[in-house]
Order: sequence, then structure tokens, then C-alpha cells
Amino acid sequence: MLRYSLKRLLGAIPTLLILMTLAFFMMRAAPGGPFDTEKSLPPEIQANLDRKYHLDEPLIQQYGRYLLDIVRGDFGPSFQYKDYSVNELIATGFPVSLRLGLSAIAIALIIGVGLGTLAALRQNSATDYSVMTLAMTGISIPNFVLAPILILIFAVFLGWLPAGGWNGGAVRNTILPIIGLALPQIAYISRLMRGSMIEVLRSNPIRTARAKGLPEHIVILRHALKPAMLPVVSFLGPATAAVITGSVVIEQIFGIPGLGRYFVQGALNRDYTLVMGVVVFYGILIILFNFIVDLVYAMLDPKVRYG
Amino acid sequence: MALLEVNNLRTVFHTNDGEVYAVNDLSFSLEKGETLGVVGESGSGKSQLVLSIIDLLASNGRMEGSIRFQGQELVGMKTGQMNRIRGNRIGMIFQDPMTCLNGYLTVERQMTEVLMHHQGISRADARKRSIEMLDAVHIPDAKNRIDRYPHEFSGGMRQRVMIAMALLCRPDLLIADEPSTALDVTVQAQIIQLMNELQQEFGMSIIMITHDLGVIAGISDNVMVMYGGRICEQAPVFELFDNPRHPYTQGLLQSVPRLDTAGDVKLHSIPGNPPNLLQLPVGCAFVDRCQKGIPVCEKQHPPLLDIDPTHRVACHLENLP
Ligand SMILES: Nc1ncnc2c1ncn2[C@@H]1O[C@H](COP(=O)(O)OP(=O)(O)OP(=O)(O)O)[C@@H](O)[C@H]1O
Ligand code: SF4
Ligand SMILES: [Mg+2]
Repeated sequence: MLRYSLKRLLGAIPTLLILMTLAFFMMRAAPGGPFDTEKSLPPEIQANLDRKYHLDEPLIQQYGRYLLDIVRGDFGPSFQYKDYSVNELIATGFPVSLRLGLSAIAIALIIGVGLGTLAALRQNSATDYSVMTLAMTGISIPNFVLAPILILIFAVFLGWLPAGGWNGGAVRNTILPIIGLALPQIAYISRLMRGSMIEVLRSNPIRTARAKGLPEHIVILRHALKPAMLPVVSFLGPATAAVITGSVVIEQIFGIPGLGRYFVQGALNRDYTLVMGVVVFYGILIILFNFIVDLVYAMLDPKVRYG
Repeated sequence: MALLEVNNLRTVFHTNDGEVYAVNDLSFSLEKGETLGVVGESGSGKSQLVLSIIDLLASNGRMEGSIRFQGQELVGMKTGQMNRIRGNRIGMIFQDPMTCLNGYLTVERQMTEVLMHHQGISRADARKRSIEMLDAVHIPDAKNRIDRYPHEFSGGMRQRVMIAMALLCRPDLLIADEPSTALDVTVQAQIIQLMNELQQEFGMSIIMITHDLGVIAGISDNVMVMYGGRICEQAPVFELFDNPRHPYTQGLLQSVPRLDTAGDVKLHSIPGNPPNLLQLPVGCAFVDRCQKGIPVCEKQHPPLLDIDPTHRVACHLENLP
């Protein structure tokens, strides 16, 4: 187990290296610089700034410096938020994003597994068709369309919830963004769960459980749920990535001071260090989460043992 | 009163190609303590017959007719009530037990739940009884191995676990659907021996489906030969071997050299194809493959006749003078 974990984590290093390199060069390849404004700065100030942030060095030297800093856990200073380091910005923004993201995944998991199981148990009934229609809709509506619709319905027409803002993290303010993040995942998970549950319910072990005269709820909860959940557990890796991507859009639309919002601001302002910092940070996070997902999978499936 | 009485059972599957008639107007009865061997080539409806009895047909299947178990009608019984019979008074060992245990639960969990559910005893007591049953089917070191997962057992051991599980509540009827296929001959003989012992001990009745003549000879009192979802012949085991009357039975038994060579003697396979269950012929279902056919075979379905009190045959030849 320990050896497996170590191997997995070491194996992630090349992936991270590629990610960092791509982030670095793509950011530099984009036209414009961090200190471009409407009026161009006097050349001596520009030169000063460039020197301060090492922008006057050859690209390859900048790249090396950037890699070394990251290894030391330092993402450098932000170009835009002059008084903050990228580390500090991540430390402020990430807890907000984490709260939204984890809530969204937890909700998607509970509702998705529940709906999928229900649909599987009532296969080809009205319940089944409604769940599947809902899921198809959820999958096909992109979240930059979904979020305004949610705002229109629940904030503008019904007036139940605020249309945006963070308000110090009040629960009321988090509901719509969380729903916006969770809905597509609910859709995916319920479809996945329905399919795997139908398959499991047809399998030999379930027939054995029924032949033992066990009541239906035990057959489902004890015998069918675990194997049927495995594809969903595997999906949690990609789902996290999708929620992170989604949060970039959702935080922007709802005006939430999370990491996604800093990322967008950073990209718009060519805040190289901030954008690269967020990309690498999220990269590490996704790799870590996938690793945890694999461990959970091994816990659920007694046939999988990591040596 | 017989333990089990099946009357005019029909089992039909609805498919996109039409209705599949898997069991057709089948009747038989089984006495307490009796072992009935069921043989017939693949697709003849053996499994669907026993799955009908415990109401575990696939969701596209329906059955009609009557199945009386200890005087109670099972056809149309509510699931809740059926669940008091299944696993309790009727134990089932499935075809291919290798894949029938739940790989995500320990053997202990899968065994104790049966006793806890049917007898309302505590998990600790259920565990003790489960270990006793594993001992009874000769699983070494049952006390410790009960906490393992199925994949940690060999094929033969898994099969024994399946058998132990089916016997936990000391059922009045044990249904075994090819419990010894894919096992080597020694293990197979052990398992048959074991079932014989347990039958002596518990006095249960057994329905044993198998392709293996050695198994049939070793365990059955009576044998039922199925073809196209129907009984074509039924007789006490040695009567059937000595005096097979139906051309299909004769074909199946053709290759048997000597009965006392118990073990791996498979039924002979007969050239030709099984009948199309989507469209059963008007006449005898075996007519295309029968070498003794007479004109009436094409036109009329042969009725199942008692040629003596224990021997039934469905063949027009029996009516010839
Ligand atoms: N769910 C189903 N839908 C349609 N047809 C089915 C279904 N289940 C079984 N059948 C058909 O019913 C017929 C009888 O099947 P059954 O399983 O009883 O055969 P069997 O005698 O047990 O054969 P084997 O020796 O191979 O186990 C077969 O033709 C099979 O294709
Ligand atoms: S009824 Fe006719 S076709 Fe059928 S088994 Fe007898 S002889 Fe053969
Ligand atoms: Mg079968």
C-alpha cells in the first residue's frame, strides 16, 4: 500500500512537469504583457518593472527560475495584485472554491446515486424516463447558460435567493452556485449509476441474494450498491476536474471571490504568475484527488489490492 | 401429499423476436426424500423450470400453471411471502456457482444473513451455525476462512460454500442446477457424496440438473428427460438406463459404456438442432432429428403416457400395436 502510494505520487511528477511547461509557454505565447495599459508606460518605468519581475531575462532563464520556485513551493509575486504573492491569493481564494466544490460533489454523489438507483429499480417507468430526461438536459446545458437561468428563476422571479455575491460565505449565497456546479454532475452520475445498477441487478450474485429470500432493500443496499457504485467512484476523478473547470465560470457569474475568479482576472490581466500558479495548484489537486479515488476504489473492491 | 406438485407449467419469455416458449405444459411431482435428476441438452428448459419454481425468472419472463409446494400455491405468490420460502424451505444451488457468490461481501456476511433473516438469530449464533455448515461440507479451517472473500477460495471450495449456504436453513427441497460442472472428477464425486450424506441427515428432497450420467446414477431416484421445454420421458433411474423408450433418451444414453464407471461420463449429443422455441412444431418437437419417426409424428403432439406406474413416455411409438 505504502509502496503503491509512493509509486503513484512519483509517477505524477512527469505529468506535473509537462503541465507546468505548457502553462509557462502558453502564457508567454499569448500577445500582450502584464503591464500593458491604455496609456503606455514611460520606458524607464517599464524597464524597472521588467527587471523587478525578471521579465528582462531570456525566456529559458525565466522558465528555470519558475520551476525552481515551484519546487520550493513558491509561486512568486502576483503581477496584478501588487502587494500579494500568488501563494497568498491561493490561500484566500481556495477555501471558498473548496467549500463550493466539495459541497457540489457531495450533493451530486448523493442525489446522482439516489436518482440513478431509483431509475434502475423502476426501469422503463415514468420515474425512469423523467430522471433520464433530466439527466440528458443536465448534460447538454453548459453552465454558463445554466447559471443565468438559475439566477432568473430563483433570484429574479421567485426572489428566494440572492443573485450573486459572497456575503462572507452566507449559506444563502452559496446555494445557487453549488446547484450550478452540481447539476451537470448529478446528470452524469445518475446516468452512470442507472446503467451500472441495471447491470448489477441482472447479475448472478443478485439472483443468489434473492434466492436466499432476502428482502429487496437488503438486496439493493447490501448486495447491489457497492458493485454498482464502482463506476461512479471512478468517475469522481473526472468529475472533480469538471467541477474545477465549472467553478471558473460559476464564480465569475455569481461574483464569488474564489480561486476560479482570480484565475479569470489573472488571465484577462496577463498576470503570468497567478495564472500559472493556479493551473499548477489545480493540477496537483486533481492528481491527488485521483489518487484518493483509487484508494477508495480499492477499499470498496476486495479483489483490488495494491502491493 | 407430495412435497412439490407442478401442474401444466408454462414459462414464456417476451423478446423482440417474439415469445420464447421455454417450459411447455409441464407436470410432475416430487415426494419427500426423493431425488429427481433432470437431464436434457442445452436450452431444453431445465434451468428455467427450476427458476420458475423459486420465482426468479428474468424480468421478461412470465409463468402460468400451478406449482404447489407443501400444499401452498407458489404461482402468483407475493414476493414477501415467497421470501419466507426461498432460502429457508427451498435452497438453491445455481448453475456456475463460481460467479454466483457476491465478490464484495465476505463469506461470513453472505451466510449469516440467511440465518439472521429467516430465523431471527443473532449474528454471533448465525456465525457459529455457518461455521458448522462449512465444516459439514468439508471446508478446512472454516473458523478462519469464513471471514474471507469468495475470490480467496478455489473453485471447488466456492462450490462447497454455495452448497453450505443453500443448506443453512435445512431446506425441505434443495435445487441444484449443475452443481458440479467444471470441477475435476474427484471433487465432483466428493460433492455428490456430500449431498447424499446431507440428504440422509436432513431428509430433504433434491432436484438435480446435470449433464453427467455418473452424477445421475450416483444420486437420483428418478430421472426426468426434457426436450424443448417438455418432458419426453420420466422413470426410476435404473429403469431408464435399462429400458429407455423415447428415441431421444435412447440417443442420449447411446454412448454409455457401463454405469458403474461413475465420474466423467457425459451424455451423448445427438446430431441436429434443438427445436426453435419461438415457434414450436405442431407435431413432436423431436421429429426432425428422430430416426424412428412415423407419419403421425409430423401432425400430432405425442401425449405423455404412463407405460407403467412409474414410467412416463411422450412418443407416438408407444401407441403402436
Ligand atoms: N430471459 C430470457 N429471454 C429469452 N429467452 C430466454 C431467457 N432465459 C432463457 N431463455 C431461453 O429459454 C430456453 C431454455 O433455457 P434454459 O436456461 O432453461 O436451458 P437449460 O436447459 O438450462 O440449458 P443449459 O444446459 O445450457 O443450462 C433457452 O432457449 C433460452 O435461450
Ligand atoms: S413421437 Fe415420433 S418423432 Fe417424436 S420421438 Fe416419437 S417417434 Fe420420434
Ligand atoms: Mg441451465
